[in-house]
Amino acid sequence: MNIFIPTPLRAYAEGRDIVQVSATTVSGALDELTRSFPDLRKHLFTGEGKLRAFVNVYLNDEDVRYLPEKESTAVAASDTLSIIPSIAGGSAAPRKRGKASPGKSGLSTKERH
Amino acid sequence: MSTLRIARTVYDALRAHGEETYPHECCGALLGRNTGDGWRIEASARAGNTRTDSAHNRYQIAPAELVKIEREARNRGLSIAGFYHSHPDHPAQWSPTDFAEAHWLGCSYVITAVERGRAAATNSFLLAGTTEEDKRFEPQGIEVSERAESPAAP
Repeated sequence: MNIFIPTPLRAYAEGRDIVQVSATTVSGALDELTRSFPDLRKHLFTGEGKLRAFVNVYLNDEDVRYLPEKESTAVAASDTLSIIPSIAGGSAAPRKRGKASPGKSGLSTKERH
Repeated sequence: MSTLRIARTVYDALRAHGEETYPHECCGALLGRNTGDGWRIEASARAGNTRTDSAHNRYQIAPAELVKIEREARNRGLSIAGFYHSHPDHPAQWSPTDFAEAHWLGCSYVITAVERGRAAATNSFLLAGTTEEDKRFEPQGIEVSERAESPAAP
């Protein structure tokens, strides 16, 4: 199966954006990846061996954290694994008086393609 | 100081995005090629801001949307080179929240101040360092290229 390496981690995978592994589970695929490229391990896992909180792993279009068997989920050669660090932030500025409330809806339709 | 090279069409588009979503923060990804001496941004991808609970001062891109953006970029021969977002009625400087939530080492974080609905300053910051422990934001110059986007790689 193919594992897609995000831009920040390619430096620790000999510059590759795709790494091919042969594995039967998600955890097996990640194990093979970090055996081949040991420098990746500290970027993906905590000292206790858990995926870092900001590292998302997607099996095809599914977040592995929400799969019933999580990292023990079986994989096939045709599957893909995407490693995607999270992205968030914001000004954290306090709201100025007189501004309209942002509400809880109406963003996604306008902002998405 | 490093320089982020960005096509005029992309630069204008990300600033316009901030105006469109005002008074909320906009967000999106910057797609480009590493030319050896830095990134050349050739396209951008708008993303939805999932922080609808506090969209005036927070943004977040759903990981599932990032997976799709990354896939489409790869199909065009491009990589995610950074991200952009807006600061409505707030300076175009990174905030402690921006820093805490920044994990794409080696990538650019572009911030546009939007003052009363109009795009003002746009600044870029390189997330430098090699780990979460030594990461830091470094100011980057922005070089806007008037040249049209180059065609995607086959």
